[in-house]
Amino acid sequence: MTTTVSGPFTHAANNVQKTMFTVLLAMTPATVFNLYLFGWPAIMLFTVTVGSCVLIEAGCLALVNKPVIPTLGDYSAVLTGWLLALSLPPWAPWWIGVIGAVFAIAMAKHSFGGLGQNVFNPAMVGRTVLLISFPVAMTAWVVPHPLFSAGAPGFADALAITFGGQIPDAMTSASVLGHIKTELSRHIPVTQSLEGIPALWDMALGYRAGSMGETSAILILAGGLFMMARRVISWHIPLSVMAGLFAISAIFNVIDPARFAPAAVHLFSGATFLGAFFIATDYVTSPVSKKGQLIFGIGCGLLIWLIRTFAGYPEGVAFAVLLMNGLTPIIDRYTRPRVFGRDRKGEPLPLGKEKS
Amino acid sequence: MWIAIGSLTAMGLILGGLLGVAARFLAVKENPLEEELKELLPGSQCGQCGYVGCSQYAAALAKGEAPITLCPPGGKATIEALAKKLGVAADLSDHEEKVPQHAFVVEDLCIGCTRCIRECTTDSILGANKLMHTIIADTCHGCSKCVEVCPTEAIVMVAIPVTLNTWHWPKPETAPKPEAGKLHEAGAV
Amino acid sequence: MKLFNIRGGIHPDYRKGQTSEKAIVAMPLPALLYIPLQQHIGAPAEALVAEGDLVRKGQMIARGQGTISAPQHAPTSGRVVAVAEIASPHPSGLPQKTIIIEPDGKDEWADLPEPIADPFALDAQAIGERVAASGIVGMGGAAFPSAVKLNLGTQKKLDTLLLNGAECEPYLTCDDRLMREHADEIVDGARIMAHALGTPRIVIAIEDNKPQAIEIMRKAASPFANVTVAGVPVQYPMGSERHLVQAITGLETPARKLTADLGVVVHNVATARAVHHAVRFGRPLIARVVTVSGGAISEPKNVETPIGTRISDLVEFCGGFAVRPERLINGGPMMGQPLPSLDVPMIKGTSGILALTAEETNDNPASPCIRCGTCVTICPCGLIPVEMAAFIRKDKLEEAAKLGVMDCVSCGSCSWVCPSHIPLVHYFNYAKGMLNAKDRELRKNDRVKSLVEARTIRLEKAAEAKKAALAAKKPAAPAAEAAPTPPTSEEKATA
Repeated sequence: MTTTVSGPFTHAANNVQKTMFTVLLAMTPATVFNLYLFGWPAIMLFTVTVGSCVLIEAGCLALVNKPVIPTLGDYSAVLTGWLLALSLPPWAPWWIGVIGAVFAIAMAKHSFGGLGQNVFNPAMVGRTVLLISFPVAMTAWVVPHPLFSAGAPGFADALAITFGGQIPDAMTSASVLGHIKTELSRHIPVTQSLEGIPALWDMALGYRAGSMGETSAILILAGGLFMMARRVISWHIPLSVMAGLFAISAIFNVIDPARFAPAAVHLFSGATFLGAFFIATDYVTSPVSKKGQLIFGIGCGLLIWLIRTFAGYPEGVAFAVLLMNGLTPIIDRYTRPRVFGRDRKGEPLPLGKEKS
Repeated sequence: MWIAIGSLTAMGLILGGLLGVAARFLAVKENPLEEELKELLPGSQCGQCGYVGCSQYAAALAKGEAPITLCPPGGKATIEALAKKLGVAADLSDHEEKVPQHAFVVEDLCIGCTRCIRECTTDSILGANKLMHTIIADTCHGCSKCVEVCPTEAIVMVAIPVTLNTWHWPKPETAPKPEAGKLHEAGAV
Repeated sequence: MKLFNIRGGIHPDYRKGQTSEKAIVAMPLPALLYIPLQQHIGAPAEALVAEGDLVRKGQMIARGQGTISAPQHAPTSGRVVAVAEIASPHPSGLPQKTIIIEPDGKDEWADLPEPIADPFALDAQAIGERVAASGIVGMGGAAFPSAVKLNLGTQKKLDTLLLNGAECEPYLTCDDRLMREHADEIVDGARIMAHALGTPRIVIAIEDNKPQAIEIMRKAASPFANVTVAGVPVQYPMGSERHLVQAITGLETPARKLTADLGVVVHNVATARAVHHAVRFGRPLIARVVTVSGGAISEPKNVETPIGTRISDLVEFCGGFAVRPERLINGGPMMGQPLPSLDVPMIKGTSGILALTAEETNDNPASPCIRCGTCVTICPCGLIPVEMAAFIRKDKLEEAAKLGVMDCVSCGSCSWVCPSHIPLVHYFNYAKGMLNAKDRELRKNDRVKSLVEARTIRLEKAAEAKKAALAAKKPAAPAAEAAPTPPTSEEKATA
């Protein structure tokens, strides 16, 4: 008899779909550019990865009897697949994309309960599992061979690369961080190996070896600023990730330039920009309060540097983000805002001390 | 290899033994759980739980022999308090939320015998010999002992009505959501 | 004057243009008026009239009961058709006792209390009595008996009367029009209230989206040095009492305390106008301005209508429905209550009646929470809606209480902003209701325990008294021992 639905009876114009779509839009310039840079094999791998993510998501939803088409319509599987694809070597074989999708969607997302329930960033879980299980395939970087340029693989050659798994040796290259690390292990100081890497401007633009999405820092930055303008993300995480990384790498670079790479190299190489703007800012796995987000970002920045410098792997963004994801619940617990009218302990403010 | 197997087995046995010794000599003494459980129950000794009085039910609860859902007058609040004290999950699935009830005297049948007045555990019945009896609904807690002793079956249990002061919002998923566009012809919802 | 920031808040689409430029129009008398006995916080009033009685305009037809209560008055002259249980304008639709009056069309005034020529010569108690007798309650929606609030001056040290002209809810423009058209009455009422409260300072807070109201009120207040008009930033929920006090004074009301404990009392501008009428002219509260608006209403208006007008009559006066409404709301769209039907009356606290279309409500089915954290950023009370709602969904109400759900003012900002369209405020309203119900149950259990104990003691005493009486009788009546007395009924009961 009675309407028992409570207010409010009006709503902001946003919804989950619009938010996800904005993120996808923000990633498009960098993605298109990189697909152009790395040619047909990259396009094929991208398609396979995103496609398998969507299919696996549909399968998981059907298994738990959730409505498949409406849920797919929130674009979250597409986003995960897209990010995963961007973090893969562009000429990796097709089964890398598929296995990555299985671990990202089925294991990291749906086994935790689906959208909003996962603790760890699904794309990063996928990437990390692939990296540890298939280190050779996951570190086969290539120098950019732009689409339609001389020397770029044609469509038929691309099929052989992606579905056949054969990367012509002459086309492989090391990434900047990989190069630095390898040289250090040969006792060649950083200051010297720096001469062998592309200029900073090239690194920023994207003309360097690297994964599909990380190479063009400028386009990713543009996408990140677009998201901030649309209020999809705030400045807290990106700025704190970069600031944390910049600060610690600058300090140590001053202390020993032969051992520690300069801050600018850290910022513009690897997946720093992609991680700062698109990976670490994932809603589900990052803290909800602004203070918490700052702590999260700085932690990511520090860990990225630590792993790159001292650990066995040249790139640390995925690991750093996963480690901080694990800390998100406790960060959330200790960065709760103060309740109006109460002190930090939860007791009512004493009268006479109410100045806010 | 044999050294490895041997050392691990030895460690397992020694550590396991230590744990057993600790369980015996360092065991935490039981709290006076029964007393605390009794405090949580309404205390009107109505007997609806099947035990004779609240202290017996509390004793059974402390031993873990009785489910926590046996006390109707206590209601959901009591079940949850018991669950918290005993550290068990309040399994409310087969607890039919017995709508809170109070007794009501059907005046046509009342003969003024005062048996219910003497029986009422909270002195919630007003009346005297050969005079009309009535229930003070505010303090009646629904133990229904009066219903059992009335010789003319003049007492019935009625649901406590929801008033403007006691109504509250239902839980969102269970609220009957009106279908879009099908609202509000005047008077009809 | 210096203003302070409030935390969070949202900027909804205000949509006040539908009625903000429309002057207040008076509603003609409807066929029947329904005056519920409880239109305020506190005890319901007690009816003084019965079926068939003739009443005149402004006559007291129900008397307040107890300290926190308010009387009801006849909005016009006529005949009492019935005193019956009618559905109340409450989301539950539960009935309450209502006096139904059929107007006779003559609109004859009853004998009113004497107009007070110089209220500033009276003491606080006299003004409070007049305000109480006039049935004035908070007209911003809370409907707390204003006389009780005016008496706070005797209990606490007060320095500011803050008049709430913020009107931060979308669509509502009744206070805006009132300030533009009756500024002098509002200022006068405010000064009378300040005199009763003993506050040297009066601040009238108006949101910056009402520039004409600010200007006109400034002009009305200019002769009085202690009255300031402050334009506050447009931010929902600026009209929330505690947040408005924080914006104007920078002081944060401690939890569980009143703003009066900080020396500030807040009243709505319409309440001030009602006080002016009551004190200067002896007129009780029998009419108010209501904004009837929304995409589904043909002719949105600001209507001055007698208390007790049925919603259906109001809607008809505004041209009826242009389209079928998706929602009918009593109040504003953020904190308003759903109307159970069109057959309920508007009451003293009804500031708006809205008929919203599906486009305006923008209601989507709820999807899983994506932990975006926007609700945390915008909560004006510093709570964490995402975590509280998650606990409440799993029936862990105690955990939600620990996170502070009882401090939630139900402003609706979190629900408004949630991209997953999760009904957050509905969860909190449910939790608050359940926690209050549990509290009542526990207190009832305590009462029952003490009653049982009292009974046990009484029975023991009676048994002992009986034993003592028997022992005293024994030596005097040895013959009686031959025939043992049958056990008495008390002994039977305690066995």
